[in-house]
Amino acid sequence: MNKIIKNFKNIKYGPAPEDDTEVINWIKKISSSNKNYINGKWNTSKGSKKIKVINPSTNKKLFDLTISTKKDVDLAVNSARKAQKKWSSISSFQRSKYLYAIARLIQKHSRFLAVLESIDNGKPIRETRDIDIPLVARHFYYHAGWAEKLDKNLKPIGVVGQIIPWNFPLLMLAWKIAPAIACGNTVVLKPAEYTSLTALYFAELCIKANIPNGVINIITGDGSTGELITSHPEIQKIAFTGSTEIGKKIVQSTSTTNKKLTMELGGKSPFIVFEDADLDSAVEGVVDAIWFNQGQVCCAGSRLLIQESIEKKFIKKLKQRMEKLRIGNPLDKSIDIGAIVAPVQLQKINSLVKKGIKDGAKLWQPSWSCPTEGLFYPPSLFTNVTPASFIAQVEIFGPVLTSLTFRKPSEAVAIANNTPYGLAASIWSENINLALDIAPKIKAGVIWINSTNLFDASCGFGGFKESGFGREGGSEGIRAYTKNKLPEKKINNKVNKKTKYNLPIIDRTPKLYIGGKQKRPDGGYSFGLNSTNGTFICDIAQSNRKDVRDCVEIAAKTFLKQLNNFNRSQLLFYLAENLQIRKNTFIELIVALSGSTLSNANKEFDASCERLFYYASMADKFEGNIHNPPMRGLTLAVKEPLGVITSLLNDDLPLLNLITVLGSIFSTGNTNIIVPGEKTSLIATELYQVLDTSDIPGGYINILTAKQNDLTATLSLHENIDGIWYFGHEQSQKSIVKKNSISNLKRFWCPDEKNIDWFSNNDQFLNEFLYQSTQIKNIWIPYGE
Amino acid sequence: MKSNRIFFDLDLNWINNINVNLSAVERRTSTLVKRRSVKKEYQASWLLKAITLIDLTTLSGDDTFGKVDRLCKKALSPIANNILSKLEINEDEVRVGAVCVYHHLVCQAKNQLNGQLPIAAVSTGFPAGLSSFSTRKKEVVDSIKSGANEIDIVINRGFVIQNNWKKLYEEVKSFKLAANKTKIKAILGVGDLETMRNVAKASLVCMMAGADFIKTSTGKESINANLNNSLVMLRMIREFHEFSGKKIGFKPAGGISTAKSVLEFLILVMEELGEDWLNPNLLRIGASSLLIDIERQLYHHAFGRYATHDKLAIA
Repeated sequence: MNKIIKNFKNIKYGPAPEDDTEVINWIKKISSSNKNYINGKWNTSKGSKKIKVINPSTNKKLFDLTISTKKDVDLAVNSARKAQKKWSSISSFQRSKYLYAIARLIQKHSRFLAVLESIDNGKPIRETRDIDIPLVARHFYYHAGWAEKLDKNLKPIGVVGQIIPWNFPLLMLAWKIAPAIACGNTVVLKPAEYTSLTALYFAELCIKANIPNGVINIITGDGSTGELITSHPEIQKIAFTGSTEIGKKIVQSTSTTNKKLTMELGGKSPFIVFEDADLDSAVEGVVDAIWFNQGQVCCAGSRLLIQESIEKKFIKKLKQRMEKLRIGNPLDKSIDIGAIVAPVQLQKINSLVKKGIKDGAKLWQPSWSCPTEGLFYPPSLFTNVTPASFIAQVEIFGPVLTSLTFRKPSEAVAIANNTPYGLAASIWSENINLALDIAPKIKAGVIWINSTNLFDASCGFGGFKESGFGREGGSEGIRAYTKNKLPEKKINNKVNKKTKYNLPIIDRTPKLYIGGKQKRPDGGYSFGLNSTNGTFICDIAQSNRKDVRDCVEIAAKTFLKQLNNFNRSQLLFYLAENLQIRKNTFIELIVALSGSTLSNANKEFDASCERLFYYASMADKFEGNIHNPPMRGLTLAVKEPLGVITSLLNDDLPLLNLITVLGSIFSTGNTNIIVPGEKTSLIATELYQVLDTSDIPGGYINILTAKQNDLTATLSLHENIDGIWYFGHEQSQKSIVKKNSISNLKRFWCPDEKNIDWFSNNDQFLNEFLYQSTQIKNIWIPYGE
Repeated sequence: MKSNRIFFDLDLNWINNINVNLSAVERRTSTLVKRRSVKKEYQASWLLKAITLIDLTTLSGDDTFGKVDRLCKKALSPIANNILSKLEINEDEVRVGAVCVYHHLVCQAKNQLNGQLPIAAVSTGFPAGLSSFSTRKKEVVDSIKSGANEIDIVINRGFVIQNNWKKLYEEVKSFKLAANKTKIKAILGVGDLETMRNVAKASLVCMMAGADFIKTSTGKESINANLNNSLVMLRMIREFHEFSGKKIGFKPAGGISTAKSVLEFLILVMEELGEDWLNPNLLRIGASSLLIDIERQLYHHAFGRYATHDKLAIA
């Protein structure tokens, strides 16, 4: 007699395991021939070092993974390089067909992949089956479409090195490979050492799909292999998803090169619950935010911010819900929480939690206990936490939620932004005014309103601040895999050294321009400025660290005031009008300081006025997009200003480059700190009066004069600067800018082109400045009543 | 905290502050049914359980005594004997929760069932609930006199749409007073209410007014029980329990016709309210054709193959 059936009046859940026979057999088969997928074939690694890969739910060995060596990486890069030209030159329809074939194969083998991923990573089959694998297929379909419709003017970057994490092994592979190859790049991808199995199975699918040799290369290995990829001279772009710590190292180590970068890094994302939210639904949101994939999610909503008035009620509901979570064998279909990926990760969670307790936070865990075999950690809730608590700041990357309270919407924003990260945020309120007011105020790349952890190939994903830069998915993801080349002029203008410069009768005293006021430099030093024929013109103020400090402070404060786009547009038009009136002064200065001929100076001046008109027009036309993910709702891809952007200029076409930079940065709503080229500083300082006359409110445009390269280090290190543009010609200065930018992961832009054709009126060129001064925030708005 | 209190004051502040987010509700229901799975003998036990929760129903204009006779017979032996003996379950252990009929068929059902199963009567001008108040109230009393053990009342949906919570409260309360100790199930007519917010508010008002069960629908509206409106009602039952200590029953009705879907409803109740609610005192499923699909599944479990429809007795 069957006891379970007999006892039907007291029903219980029983085991509901997914069959893994086929997958286990496959793992046994590959364990004897652990190879890399290079140039369309399996290639035996030259490496002798191996590491043990486990099944986290049993903590038993699955197989040995080979750590690939320099020879392997060279081989892979070489094959990618050889394949790239042909791959980018075949028709877009051809490329599209290959991506489509992969998408189809993923769907045909979806359950196999779901089981394999679950075994390798420890995440529940429910997630791999219903979330990871369907999103992988969706990503290849979506980008098969992009391959087909890609603008012919967009050129691929070349060979891309891609390093992916262990938390969403196959999904991250799809996020990296699909857009890269759709745009005509070829790739060398390294899966994480804990979780390489689905990538190896993916390689088998590539062989089935007849992907041309060398277009996709997959090599196994650990951090050392990753370093070989990031430092490889034949790789033009690195796309990395992982921790902020490693991301910064990659920025630093590639700072001497011109490699393009996309960085998807860590987070400590806020999950904000207002008192007028649907609290039961918000509780489910928390479950999806922090107990999805055992909390090992870069955008996990790990900081719960609850409005004070509902804190007790909400925490009570949450605890009740936590009691209902089921942890255990990830292959069981009734499991919510699986295993932590590796022993070292489990130790890390343990020690961070202990530190949190020691720090005074109160830990709560459900009454049930975890399986003892395997790497499990129970869902955990910390209360009695304040923004100053250690546990509220550090990324735990585990199933640990920290809960804080706030009193008013403004305080919710302040606490939400009180972190170096800025990846995602979740906002819960039934008041549309409130929710849509908070969304733009949170500094994060993805905002989910009344939802959390929603992903789709059509929407961009990526961070603000120290959560990285670049976007994956959507039209914005395509930008990350195509070249944004600036136009170059063919010949350098000859410097005319015979110009005559008439000294004004009264001496000039150019000061610094900070917060709309002319200020003496703090240090009390000046440097001399000569015309190109060697005649001394006047002394220019030399800024120092304190001037930088004051200037950044004002620029940052001003940024918060935010002029609206129509204001900005009008001001730039008016600036052009007032500049026009001073034509003679500026022509005279251009001729004297840059050695331009009179007719070229005239051209430069006219182009500068035209450029102001362009950016005045774009202030209200460089707009965001609306994405349409497959749901009832929409996603707003909003272009937001970076904040404070500092620009280090050169002396080439000094008025035009100054106006281009200043105009574009102002147009998109940032505040400017401009350091003009040393030899042409006087042109920038001459602009003060024009700015004043044009009613540009103080603080939006600030100008610091200095000797060439003098401020590079100070500015690039300053953590309150959000973006830095370097237009100088010195590679060593570029490296300093990039290397120092990691202090707060400020966005840097150091164009490779030596002789930028500033006269170009090409939209792509002019809009590049607008793209560089903005970042895209995707706001997900599901709706329905 | 346990409460035997029947009526609670109408709390308008509570009702007016109810928030329900439809998209989030849909996400919960669509993922929940994939978060839990019952297989093999567990599935068989859940299906047997489901049978005991069914209010086996006939509510058609052409219902006759003959139809009621057949319904009652099926209600008393819902599963073929050969299946039960293979599963080693005694025949008298598996019976539906109740039969549910129109008022004038109650007496016939009483004759047939002989007290072996409760009889539920739909009442108060079912399905629209718009006949005169005195008629509706009298129907409750009459059905009980005829032998009904439970009364399924319909609410006036117009009150909900007009947000006239006081009127709704008073009417439901007066039906409960008329029914006295007999349990009443308040039918919300969720399809007519349209929004989840209305469903939640109407649920609360009915519970305050003394309803013993809240029931989704009459089966006559275009939208009947689904996981979304059920989730919203279950959450209100939970909230009301936390407030009052009183456990209110739940009855989804209309459109639940497959074994697969009834399991989803049971899982929903298990997850949102817990196993306390998984018994006929607190959970009923209003259905007619569901039973035969469950029987087919149990046949499959017992014999390892699917049965032809002709082998299973119809009601």
